[in-house]
Amino acid sequence: MIQYIIRRFLYALPILLGVNILTFILFFVVNSPDDMARMQLGHKHVTEQAVQNWKHQQGYDLPLLWNPQAEASEKLTETIFYQKSMSLFLFDFGISESGRNIGADIKQRMWPSLSIALPSLFVGLLVNISVALMMVLFRNTYLEFSSIVLCVVLMSISSLFYIIGGQFFIGKLLKLVPISGYDTGLSAIKFLILPVLISVISGIGSGARWYRTLFLEEVEKDYVRTARAKGLTETQVLFKHVLKNAMIPILTGVVVVLPLLFMGSLIMESFFSIPGLGSYTIDAINRQDFAIVRSMVFLGSVLYIVGLILTDISYSFVDPRVRLT
Amino acid sequence: MYKFFLAIFLLFLSSCNVSQLNNPYAETETNLSILYSSFSERPKHLDPAVSYSANENVFIGQIYEPPFQYHYLKRPYQLEPLTAVKMPDVQFFNKQGDRIKGEVSADKVAYTDYIIEIKPGIQYQPHPAFIEANRKLTATQIESIEELGDFSQQGTRELIAEDYILQIKRLAHPKIQSPIAGVMKNYIEGFAEFSQQVANKDRTAITAIALSGVEVLGRYRYKIRIKGKYPQFKFWLAMPFFAPMPWEADVFYQQQGLSDKNITLDWFPIGTGPYYLTENNPNQRMIMTKNPHYHSDFYPTEGEEGDKEKGLLADAGKAIPFIDKVVYILEKENIPYWNKFLQGYFDASGISSNSFDQAIQFTGSGGVQLTESMKEQGIQLQTAVTPTIYYMGFNMLDSVVGGDSERARKLRQAVSIALDYEEYISIFMNGRGVAPQGMLPPGMYGYQDGKAGMNPYVYDWVKGKYQRKSIETAEKLLAEAGYANGVDPETSEALVLYFDSSSVTADGRPQMNWYRKQFKKLGIKLIVRPTDYNRFQDKMRNGSIQLFVLGWNADYPDPENFFFLLYGPNGKVKYGGENAVNYNSAEFDQLFEQMRNMDDGSQRFQIIQQLQQIIRRDAPWAFAFHPKSFSLYHSWYHNLKPNLMANNTLKYKKIDAVERSAKREQWNQAIFWPLLIAFLLFVLLLFPAVKAFQNRAKETVK
Repeated sequence: MIQYIIRRFLYALPILLGVNILTFILFFVVNSPDDMARMQLGHKHVTEQAVQNWKHQQGYDLPLLWNPQAEASEKLTETIFYQKSMSLFLFDFGISESGRNIGADIKQRMWPSLSIALPSLFVGLLVNISVALMMVLFRNTYLEFSSIVLCVVLMSISSLFYIIGGQFFIGKLLKLVPISGYDTGLSAIKFLILPVLISVISGIGSGARWYRTLFLEEVEKDYVRTARAKGLTETQVLFKHVLKNAMIPILTGVVVVLPLLFMGSLIMESFFSIPGLGSYTIDAINRQDFAIVRSMVFLGSVLYIVGLILTDISYSFVDPRVRLT
Repeated sequence: MYKFFLAIFLLFLSSCNVSQLNNPYAETETNLSILYSSFSERPKHLDPAVSYSANENVFIGQIYEPPFQYHYLKRPYQLEPLTAVKMPDVQFFNKQGDRIKGEVSADKVAYTDYIIEIKPGIQYQPHPAFIEANRKLTATQIESIEELGDFSQQGTRELIAEDYILQIKRLAHPKIQSPIAGVMKNYIEGFAEFSQQVANKDRTAITAIALSGVEVLGRYRYKIRIKGKYPQFKFWLAMPFFAPMPWEADVFYQQQGLSDKNITLDWFPIGTGPYYLTENNPNQRMIMTKNPHYHSDFYPTEGEEGDKEKGLLADAGKAIPFIDKVVYILEKENIPYWNKFLQGYFDASGISSNSFDQAIQFTGSGGVQLTESMKEQGIQLQTAVTPTIYYMGFNMLDSVVGGDSERARKLRQAVSIALDYEEYISIFMNGRGVAPQGMLPPGMYGYQDGKAGMNPYVYDWVKGKYQRKSIETAEKLLAEAGYANGVDPETSEALVLYFDSSSVTADGRPQMNWYRKQFKKLGIKLIVRPTDYNRFQDKMRNGSIQLFVLGWNADYPDPENFFFLLYGPNGKVKYGGENAVNYNSAEFDQLFEQMRNMDDGSQRFQIIQQLQQIIRRDAPWAFAFHPKSFSLYHSWYHNLKPNLMANNTLKYKKIDAVERSAKREQWNQAIFWPLLIAFLLFVLLLFPAVKAFQNRAKETVK
C-alpha cells in the first residue's frame, strides 16, 4: 500500500504543476502586474513611477514565464512564475500583496472553518442516515411518501433562504442565539448552534434521499432476504446488515470531502461572520491578490488529491475485496 | 431517573438569563463603556505612511496624531492644534532667501517654511518596541512569540520633533510605497532627491540620512520647507500621513521572523492617540483600548450656532476620551448587521437599501424622518451631505463629445439637461443625494447656495427652487449642435454614444437602462459597454473612452481639491494625472493657478465663482450627485455631530452603558413557546410512525 501511496503522490506532482501554470495564466490574462499595482496603491494620486516602484518592490517587474534577457537557466528562474509559484511545492505560501503572511492566515482561519464544517458534516450524516433509515423502514407507506415529498421541498429551497430565515426566526424573533459572530474556545458554541443547525436542515433533503437510495439497493439483496428468513426483526436487519453494507459508499463519500472541509463555506461564513477560509479566495480575487489566489488554488488541489487518495485507502479498509497495489 | 433529568433541565433554565441568550458579547462587558462597531472589509494598511482609505482611517485616525486636527463642532471646517502648541508659523521667502512679510503673492515666493512646535510631555502608547531588549530578539525568542501581546514588557517614551521628521522621510522611501510620495515630491524641498538617495537602503537607514526640506529645530520644534507657496499644505498636516513615527518602530518590526507571524507596523501601529490597538485579528475582530499615556485633551467649549441647544456642549471642557474600549467586529452582510443593531448589539448603523423603508419615511414636504418603530426604540438619525461629487465625464479628447467647439459644448449641455439626476437620486438612492450646481459640495469654501449658486445652463430658478430645464431646451441645444432630433448628419441615423461602465452587473442593469432612457429622450442611442475595472482604467489612461461615471471624495475642505480635477496639466492621457476627462482650458488653468495659491478672501471667492461658471458653460462633466450619508444611532450614543473631514472623532463620543444594558435586556427576552409547540408537533408526528412500525414488526408472511 505504501508503494501505491508514494506512486499516487508522484502522479500528483505534474498535476499540481499544471494547476499552478493554469492558475498563473488565467490570473495574468485578466490582470496585469500594472493592474495589481494600481489596485494595491489605491485610486488617488497614483503616478506611473509609483506603479513601477510597486512592481519592483514586489518582484512583478520580471517577465511572466520566460526571460529572454537572462542567461542559461535564469531564462526560466528569473520570471514571475518561477519566483512566485515554485515555492508553493515546499508549502511556502509567502506574503500576500497587502503584506500578510499567507501561511499564518490560513492556519488562523482554518479552525473557524472546521468548527462549522466538522459538526455540520457529522451531525448532518447522523440525521440524514436516520431519516433515510426511517424512510426505508416505512417504505411503501404514507410516511415514506410524505418524507420524499418533504425532502424534495427541502432540496428545492435555496441555501440562502435557510440562512436568512434561520437568522430571522431563531436569532431575531425567538432571540435564542446570537444572529452572527464568532469567538474562540467554549464561547464559540453559542455562535455555532445556528449555522450548524441550518447546515444540517438544508442538507437533509439531498442527503436523506441519497442514503435512502443506497439503503434500498441493499434491502433488495439476497443476504437481506436470508437474514429475514432467519427470523431477524426488521430493525435488526436494517441496523446489523443493511447499514453495515451501505456504509461503504457512505464512508468513501465522506472521506473524499474531509480534506476540503478546511476550505470553508463562502455564504455560511459571510452571513454568520465566521472568520474562516470560505471568503479568503474570493476576497483575494476581488483585491487582485495573486499571492493568495495561487496559494489557495494550490492548497485546494493538494487537498482534493489527498481526498481522492484517502478514498482509495478507505475502500481497502471497508471492503476486503479491494486491494491497493 | 426522569426526575433527575427534569431537575437538571430546570436548574439549567433557571441559571440562564433569558435576556442574554442572543448576546454576542461576554456578560462581563455589559455595563462597561465599550463601543461596538463593525468593519466589512479588513483594512489593507495601518501604516500611516501608506494608509489612504476611509476604512483604514477609522482605526489609524484614533491611534496616530498629526500636529493638527479639525475642530469637532465648528463649521465651516477649521484646523486647530492637536499635538502642536499653536498653528504653524508660516514664513515666505523669495529667490534670494529673504523673508517676505505682509500680503504675499505666490509669484514672489520661492519657498515657504512651516515651523511647528509640539507640546512637551506627550507619551506614546505602551508598546514592546520601546524596550531595548525587544529590539534585539534572538531567533528562539521570536519563535516563542505568536502575537504582540506575548511580549511581557511594554514601554513608552516622549514624543519629540524628530519623530515627525522621520515620518516625512518614510513618505519618501520607495520601499514604503506611500501613495502621496508622488504629490509630495512636487512640494517638499529635496523630497525627490532623498527618495532616489535611499532607494536601495534599508528602512531603518533613513534616520541618519538628511532630507534637505525638513529640519529638527529643537526637541519639540521642526521645520518643513515647501517649494513656492502652497496654502493647502496645512490640510495635509492634519492627515495621518504626517503623524509621528518613533525610530524604534522600524527597528523593532524589521527583526527577522516577526513578519512571518503578521507582526508588522502595517498591522500593529505605534501612536500617541487616545486609543491603541490591543487586538488585531482583521479576520475577525479588532479592539482599540484607551491609551493609558494619552496626553490631556478636552472636549471643545465652543461650536457653531445651535450646538448648545442640541446638547453638543454638555461635556464642554471635560477630559476626553469618554469611551474606554472600541470593539470592531467583521460583519460582511447587511442583514445580520441590521438585525443586531435593532437588538442593541451594535451602537450605530448605516441604512442599506434593504432596510431603508423600515427606518426612514418621507414627510409631506419632501423631508425625511424616522419611522414610528425607530422612534419607539429611541433611535437618532444624522444626515450630512458628503464632500464628494459623482459626475458623468465626457472625454474631451473624443471627436464627438470632446473638444472646445460650440457644437460639442452644446451637445454636452444638452446631455447634462437630459440626465435627470433628481430622478436617479430618487429611484436608486432613496433620495440620499443632492444634485450639484457646480463642482463644489455644500459646506465647501466657495460654495454658493440659492440663485447665485445655480448652474444656469442646466437649471432655472422657479419659485425659489432649482428646476431642471425642460427636455425641449435640451432638444433645441442638440439641434443647434447639428443633431436635430438626435440624428447624426453623417450617418442620417440616431447619434450613437458609448458609455463604459465597470458596474454592468445584475444589480447595475437597472441603472444602465435608466441611462439609455435619458439619452433616448434626445433621440440619442446610448450603447453601454461593460468593462471590467482593469480595462476601464486602461481606457481612461489611453483616452479610448467616450462617456463614463466617476466620483471624487475630498482630501481636505478647500476648493482647490476639486478644481484640480480639471486642471490641464493634470490631464490623464498626457500627464497621468487626476483630470480624467482631459479638460484643457487656458482660461480655467490661469484662474486655477491664481486661486490655488491665494488665501481665503473676497478675491478668491470671486475667482472660484468664475471657475464654476467656466465649468458649467464648457460642461466637461455632467454633474450627477453629492451623496448624502444617513446614519442611525441608539439613544445611549451621545455627542454626535457629522464631521466628514476629521477622522479622529471617536474621542468626543460617549456611550451610556447603563441605559444600553437596560434596553438590551428589555429588547432581548428569549421566546421558548414556539420550540415547545414544535416539539409537541414532532411527538404527534412520531406517534403514528411508531405505531405503524410496531404493526409492521408484528406482520407475518401471507
